Amino acid sequence: MAFDAAVEMTEEIAARHGLSAEEYARIVRHLGRAPNITELGIFSVMWSEHCSYKSSRVHLRRFPTTGPRVIQGPGENAGAVDVGGGLAAVFKMESHNHPSFIEPYQGAATGVGGILRDVFTMGARPIASLDSLRFGPLTDPRHRTLLEGVVAGISGYGNCVGVPTVGGELSCHPSYAGNILVNVFTLGIAKADRLFRGTATGVGNPVIYVGSRTGRDGIHGATMASAEFDDESDRKRPTVQVGDPFTEKLLLEACLELMSNDMIVGIQDMGAAGLTSSSCEMAGRAGTGIELWLDKVPRREPGMTPYELMLSESQERMLIVAKAGRETEVMEIFEKWDLPVAVIGRVTGSGTLRVMDGGRLAAEIPVQALTDDAPVYNRPIARPTDQDERNRLDPSALPALAEPEDYGRVLRTLLAVPGIAHKGWVVRQYDHMVRTNTVVRPGSDAAVVRIKGTAKGLALSVDCNSRYCFLDPRRGGALAVAEAARNLSCSGATPLAVTDCLNFGSPERPETMWQFSEAVDGISEACAALGTPVVSGNVSFYNETNGAGIYPTPMIAMVGLLEDVEKRAEQGFSKEGEAILLLGETPGRLGGSEYLASIHGLEKGSPPSLDLDLEKRVQAVCREAIRAGLVSAAHDTSDGGLAVALAESCLSGPKPIGARVDLQNPGGSRADEVLFGEAASRIILSVPEGKIAEMEAIAREHAVPFFRIGTVGGEKLEISVGGRGLVSEDVAGLDDAWRNALARQLGVA
Amino acid sequence: MKFAVLVFPGSNCDHDCYHVLKHVVGVSTEFLWHKETSLAGFDGVVIPGGFSYGDYLRCGAIARFSPIMKAVEAFAREGGSVIGVCNGFQILVEAGLLPGALIRNRGLKFICADVNLRVETTRTPYTAEFRKGEVLTMPIAHAEGNYTADPETLDKLKRNDQVVFRYCDASGNAADSANPNGAMENIAGIVSEGRNVLGMMPHPDRCAEKVLGSEDGLRLFKSMVNSLSESRV
Repeated sequence: MAFDAAVEMTEEIAARHGLSAEEYARIVRHLGRAPNITELGIFSVMWSEHCSYKSSRVHLRRFPTTGPRVIQGPGENAGAVDVGGGLAAVFKMESHNHPSFIEPYQGAATGVGGILRDVFTMGARPIASLDSLRFGPLTDPRHRTLLEGVVAGISGYGNCVGVPTVGGELSCHPSYAGNILVNVFTLGIAKADRLFRGTATGVGNPVIYVGSRTGRDGIHGATMASAEFDDESDRKRPTVQVGDPFTEKLLLEACLELMSNDMIVGIQDMGAAGLTSSSCEMAGRAGTGIELWLDKVPRREPGMTPYELMLSESQERMLIVAKAGRETEVMEIFEKWDLPVAVIGRVTGSGTLRVMDGGRLAAEIPVQALTDDAPVYNRPIARPTDQDERNRLDPSALPALAEPEDYGRVLRTLLAVPGIAHKGWVVRQYDHMVRTNTVVRPGSDAAVVRIKGTAKGLALSVDCNSRYCFLDPRRGGALAVAEAARNLSCSGATPLAVTDCLNFGSPERPETMWQFSEAVDGISEACAALGTPVVSGNVSFYNETNGAGIYPTPMIAMVGLLEDVEKRAEQGFSKEGEAILLLGETPGRLGGSEYLASIHGLEKGSPPSLDLDLEKRVQAVCREAIRAGLVSAAHDTSDGGLAVALAESCLSGPKPIGARVDLQNPGGSRADEVLFGEAASRIILSVPEGKIAEMEAIAREHAVPFFRIGTVGGEKLEISVGGRGLVSEDVAGLDDAWRNALARQLGVA
Repeated sequence: MKFAVLVFPGSNCDHDCYHVLKHVVGVSTEFLWHKETSLAGFDGVVIPGGFSYGDYLRCGAIARFSPIMKAVEAFAREGGSVIGVCNGFQILVEAGLLPGALIRNRGLKFICADVNLRVETTRTPYTAEFRKGEVLTMPIAHAEGNYTADPETLDKLKRNDQVVFRYCDASGNAADSANPNGAMENIAGIVSEGRNVLGMMPHPDRCAEKVLGSEDGLRLFKSMVNSLSESRV
């Protein structure tokens, strides 16, 4: 057999492909011989952390993934849930952290491209995206440049394809100084009985390549995303792909046109690891084999080797398995859209991935060795030795922790923290209205898109407080789920299901694996309790530079359903004289709070406690009240506690409006703890006077405590604690501090 | 009465315009692929927003050569109603059916936001049902919406009452602070000399239903449909 074995294989070459000596030995066992360079390349990407989930798989099995509405759980291109009326919501979130740090515009842009393809591959039309971003401090010019570049990349790609970016979140912390996070989420709508999957069934069926021609870009992108950074990482720039949103748009329309007919059996995006992963994953799911003819692959330049063709991560490409005999019809559709298309192989019954380059056999590998039989590691786990120290916080024993003299200034400072500040500078650059479904625009707890042709709407939110996860990954994971759900409930939507993006440091570090395992448990507990299964997701390890990892950041995106999109709420106060009610009575605590971090420079203590049963009831009351038409505004209280939540509600309406609030302090806590302490299971509502009695009845029915804490109106936000006036600020001043903070910190105000 | 919504590769507001005409206004509407060559049977044409050909070259510069544009030119010459929104406006300008040019926003960034618009003339089929001086709210979403023309063209536009919309503040002043993209004299939309071809950067298609927060755009489409019905009688 004539392999292109010009290179003599050594463990050293394997090591340069990120494969350990043990993994190399395993490859030799699978093949019964040494691999050639193409085969080694194929193994290296398929066994990379990014593609194989080798360190996370054993943990991810603990997620609840089933439920009455789940149509498609994890393992496919995207998850899908039934939203009634014969429709499915199809969604997924993915990370593009490593490439975005190296080349922010293209890294972020191709992240959007990848997630869009994951969704339309399922036969769903993408209708909304979110993005969740983490940067280092904006005092660092590099991070200002990264933020500008990432936002421009998301805007450049998403706007052109015509899928609105309707929300997301953004925050900054020194732990991201060497590894930013770019997590992108897309939601699509499909007919529930017309979902397409990435499967290569039917021996003899043609394998069809469509989309951009293959070039030498992005070779080893998946491997790059499976290693930590060092000082040389800038040299990895050539591994970042370049996006072409115009081709993506054509591909999207052509694929949806294709799927409206009965011509194909399977389809998959050529994402990370390109032709390699798409072909063997499709064969793996179907239990078949695949034969590829590389000389038929449309390419950008001559002289590409099988190694390069198999590993290229050129964007905007799809692999399709069509029904035999329908090739011409398939090709006609792509030709109409001026897209390159070619039959490049066929499905076989051999169980192997067989790659032909002209008459030569370039690679032959059992599919199972690349997919199901890829290494799975149960990596060592160790609780960080300083974990107890992290959780130690006794405010009274810390003389430095004096209560502030000027509470107004503290409030203004917190409102300008990037994670809390108004994101107008960012979302103005995103087309958040195209497709005319955006009913609640960016800036409320959850974005809401209507489903045309029905009365329904879908609410979307994404959350993670990584400080909480650093202090207690298990509770932090659960709190992220609870907050995402609470955000949806504040819009009036019933939470349905979760997609996640688990961003962590190196899995080879036992402390990181402890954080990962704990976070998975916390997420699992909360998802089970709230009835929101995990239907898709992504793991990003190796967010680490020169030995310093990011704070654990298990990002949780959640989708909720509004049966009647007219019955919804937003977070901004607008009605003079309405009562401000607080649902839930959990007292705020300073541990892990934004106040403690931003004002006192301390990241210590334990994150807020979480009673999942109470959480569930508080959210139920909020949703019921919104549906009954009792609520003019609803807002989750999270970062910055009650004072910040009240300020945000004062500033988020059609125009800034004041409020007078008196907070009780039965426990005799410090005043700063009452104002800025953080807690789960609390929601602020604006309710007309005449509807408070009805509100009370709903709350009583669910045994949820609620308090009238103030009244909307005026030009000032005035907050007292137990009758002691602490905050008295003009809303205009607060508005400026909040609305212009980001632009000021970026130096563009 | 039947409308065509043109579809170029990269159009992405085609579905939005179709939805408004067909499902909100309730008139017969069809998508028309850019490779088509005839507008026979159509009473009006909408060129939707988007990124035709990716806007990789000057916006609209490639789309104007699509086969359907010959038919659009003939249709417009004969007085047919043509409305170009956003990228559609850019295409009409590139095709020479409207004067001037749309260049990069002065802030150099894409802007998606609601803006206020002042109705400058009601002497068009599209604005006949508005009041002159009325302030509307409509979204914009573009990176190249900065309207530019030479002094003679600008003069002619004003002399002939061809400026249809200007960016303004909430009280109707066409102030520079209310100009999102740097457009000359705050111009947001213009009509052809024959008053049948409208180009505008703001999106009436995005504010044609109450659930989206405004119905100002719906009034524009209804005005167009009503004017056409009357002219047919």
